[in-house]
Amino acid sequence: MFNKMKGKTVINAAGRSVPLEINGQPVVPFKGVGKHRPAGVKYAPPIPTCSDYPTDGNKVVSSLAEALQKCGLRSGMTISTHHHLREGDLISNKIFEIASEMGVKDLVWFPSASFPCNDPVIKYLDDGTVNRIEGSMNGPLGRYVSEGKMKGTAVLRSHGGRVQAIQDGEVKIDIAVLSAPSSDSFGNAKGTGGDSACGVLGYAKADALYASRVIVVTDNLVELPCFPMEIEGNYVDYVVVVDKIGIPEKIVSGTTRITKSPDRLLIAELTASFLEKSGILANGIRMQAGAGGTSLAIAVFVHEILKHKGWKSKFGFGGSTKYMVKMLEEGQMGYILDAQAFDLDAVKSVETNPNHVPYSVFNAYNYHSKGNLTSMMDIMILGATEVDLNFNGNVVTHSDGYLLHGIGGWQNCLHARNVILPIPLFRDRIPVIVDEVTTLCGPGELIDVIITERGIAINPLRKDLIKSVKGSGLPLKTIQELKDEAERICGIPERAIFDEKIVAAVKWVDGTVIDVIRKIKT
Amino acid sequence: MIATAGNAGPGIRSDCEIILELKSGTGIDIDLASKVKTLYGKSIIKLSEEVLSFYKIKNAKVRINDSGALPFVIAARMEAAIKKLVNNDLGFLPEHIKENRYTTSVDRFRFSRLYLPGNTPSLMLNAGLHSASGIILDLEDSVAPERKDEARILVRNALRQVNFLGAERMVRINRGAMGLKDLQSVIPHNVNLVLIPKCETPGEVINVDREISSIIKRAGIKNPVFLMPIIESALGLENSFSIAKASKNVVAMAIGLEDFTADLGVSRTKEGKESLYARSRLIIAAKAAGKQPIDSVFSDVGDMEGLRQNVLNSKAMGFEGMGCIHPRQIAVINQGFAPDEAEIEKSKKIVSAFKEAGQKGLGVVALGSKMIDLPVVTRAQKNIDLAIRLGKLSKNWIKEISSQEGK
Repeated sequence: MFNKMKGKTVINAAGRSVPLEINGQPVVPFKGVGKHRPAGVKYAPPIPTCSDYPTDGNKVVSSLAEALQKCGLRSGMTISTHHHLREGDLISNKIFEIASEMGVKDLVWFPSASFPCNDPVIKYLDDGTVNRIEGSMNGPLGRYVSEGKMKGTAVLRSHGGRVQAIQDGEVKIDIAVLSAPSSDSFGNAKGTGGDSACGVLGYAKADALYASRVIVVTDNLVELPCFPMEIEGNYVDYVVVVDKIGIPEKIVSGTTRITKSPDRLLIAELTASFLEKSGILANGIRMQAGAGGTSLAIAVFVHEILKHKGWKSKFGFGGSTKYMVKMLEEGQMGYILDAQAFDLDAVKSVETNPNHVPYSVFNAYNYHSKGNLTSMMDIMILGATEVDLNFNGNVVTHSDGYLLHGIGGWQNCLHARNVILPIPLFRDRIPVIVDEVTTLCGPGELIDVIITERGIAINPLRKDLIKSVKGSGLPLKTIQELKDEAERICGIPERAIFDEKIVAAVKWVDGTVIDVIRKIKT
Repeated sequence: MIATAGNAGPGIRSDCEIILELKSGTGIDIDLASKVKTLYGKSIIKLSEEVLSFYKIKNAKVRINDSGALPFVIAARMEAAIKKLVNNDLGFLPEHIKENRYTTSVDRFRFSRLYLPGNTPSLMLNAGLHSASGIILDLEDSVAPERKDEARILVRNALRQVNFLGAERMVRINRGAMGLKDLQSVIPHNVNLVLIPKCETPGEVINVDREISSIIKRAGIKNPVFLMPIIESALGLENSFSIAKASKNVVAMAIGLEDFTADLGVSRTKEGKESLYARSRLIIAAKAAGKQPIDSVFSDVGDMEGLRQNVLNSKAMGFEGMGCIHPRQIAVINQGFAPDEAEIEKSKKIVSAFKEAGQKGLGVVALGSKMIDLPVVTRAQKNIDLAIRLGKLSKNWIKEISSQEGK
């Protein structure tokens, strides 16, 4: 049966040609939004027993290598990490260095995201220590994959899709290596304290619950209990103490910055104005905006409007920044529910403000759960590398075909009530609006508004929104008009040319395959 | 023979560098490095070949280092490189888009005019989006002396290709002979207004004006080309009234305080005590000549509150506009110089009184016990028109007033 499927592709519900098997495992093609019905029971890790663990609770071992050996590290295993240390992460690369020295082969690295600081992993992909990465890839790692150099096929998932894959048993984590800014000897761990504080550990929770083995690595061993713990020691096998888990200034930026670009500020102003004039922005709204320069500017403009009208947002969902913290502190936001803190003000706020609440992506984004936070959000501000005439969005590849970004929470957030993409109409001659996205990451039916510096296009499916801004004076255009305008300025672009070979699969939030990325033709 | 034009390297966007070497008997060899090679590689090569062939170059080695330059920029850079090696007066002209052929009027509002360095394409592309009254493509101080030739070509192409969305299309030329050369290059491409920098005598205005009229006559251009001399020295200030009167095409007089304070040997302060007399003098000279007085730029782009104060002072003194060096300054300046609520209300009363008097056949217009002169009505009408344009007043305000009175 498997052999028959090998190499076979089908056209999925989004019209994309996708395989029925990836890395030797059968996969389900995308069936449409909300159409796939999962069956069976959730995955569970093996049952442990207290009799295997020290009665005094002290699980500290001498080194990461020892911990990995004790966890039975061997070829073919799946190793997970989280990305809370971002560009300052000193642990992930270390794992594969140790594995390489041990002669272990064909590992699957399953990070919640990778960063440019993880580029050294390319060495371990080259020498066969690592078979593939199932997680986001930026810069050189993405290029490596696009050029067909990775042995296995990459699998890209959203943050929520990653949790879904863990929960449903699509990915079985053999060893989770979880860096923690503070931990006690039992393995209770949190994201605050010490020199490497990152605020929260929202992306590590599912790994701790579902991995067969869990190693906590810390540079700040505290007395038991490490409180308030985000990771509970009952799930942890070993604790490793190192000098440094990360480079502090690269973990959180000292300060997140609003864009200074006049064009981006214009887009931000236009977005705030659209939110106000359409009536989406109202007392009690629930909103989310990212940490990009334009999103921050939008947050500031929205804050001004809320203040001016005497309104208050019920809650905001993080990634949190100082601008969101300011809304909380000045009374224009009730709570921040937070999966990651982007700057020092946000880290401090998590530590000190009881209304700034760590909130795991496990609860916020997982599609295979009893409802999730994203569909309750009124305003969702997102980006994209490309949007097509059917409002389909791409966030992972550029128009030249190269894989350059992860999905992050983007797909999950598409389920919000009003999904708004403030994006420049072209970036250095590259038009953002295309006939058909290079890689489909999100179906157009979920994307409501595109806001560019040269006009706003509302998805024709959102008749209510179109009606709400009629006669508002906003520069409304069709998406076709926006595309034509960009092409008149930039010229009509050629398309990237690909080989047949599939180098990465893009999963939808329910685990089905929405699209694939093929090898760049060189 | 090798020539280089344009810019490349870290931080450079929307531009390209051309390195051109003329050869013999080798044919054309183009080596393109571009971040948009997949999307536009073929069209960049094709355009480059067209430019080479236009200048009858059959053998050359060309290296293009591109950071997303638009076609009009690539063509300008190619032309500039070629002209360093080949004597040829012809220009390789991109299409003059139909949106770029509008004309402006003597008495239009000139609240904000945005300076764009003439050799930096990335700042030009979206400049029109920020609602400046005018956009200045600058060939003078923002362009290094050795880059004047390539900037002139780039500015010419920008005038044909970049849509400034209704902003008055301005060029600041260099002084003296170089300025006259600038005019040859830009005037045939629909310039609405020319800024004459460091203007000290009426003769300079007359020279520029004469050169322009001979160019437009030759080219059969119908649109007027207005002038805005910039006073930047003590001598210029002393001559400001005669400069303003030097040509009917002078529509506005600007003051440039950086150079002016340097000429006086004092430093420029935020309060501006050192230039108070100069600014007042310029305003009076301009008004006496029936021209718009325009204030200097406010150079701290981070200080929006300081800018707001500066605009209010400026307007209170009698200035009718101000320069800007960053697009974020435009909105503050436009709002500052635009009529405020009280002015709009007053203008409404004046205009309705005038219309009423006309309907009744009265020769004299009075508001309450005050007689109103015609220029006052004209200015009120201007305020009304502007308020409508700025969205501060409904088009049908006069009907709305009478219907309200009817109730």
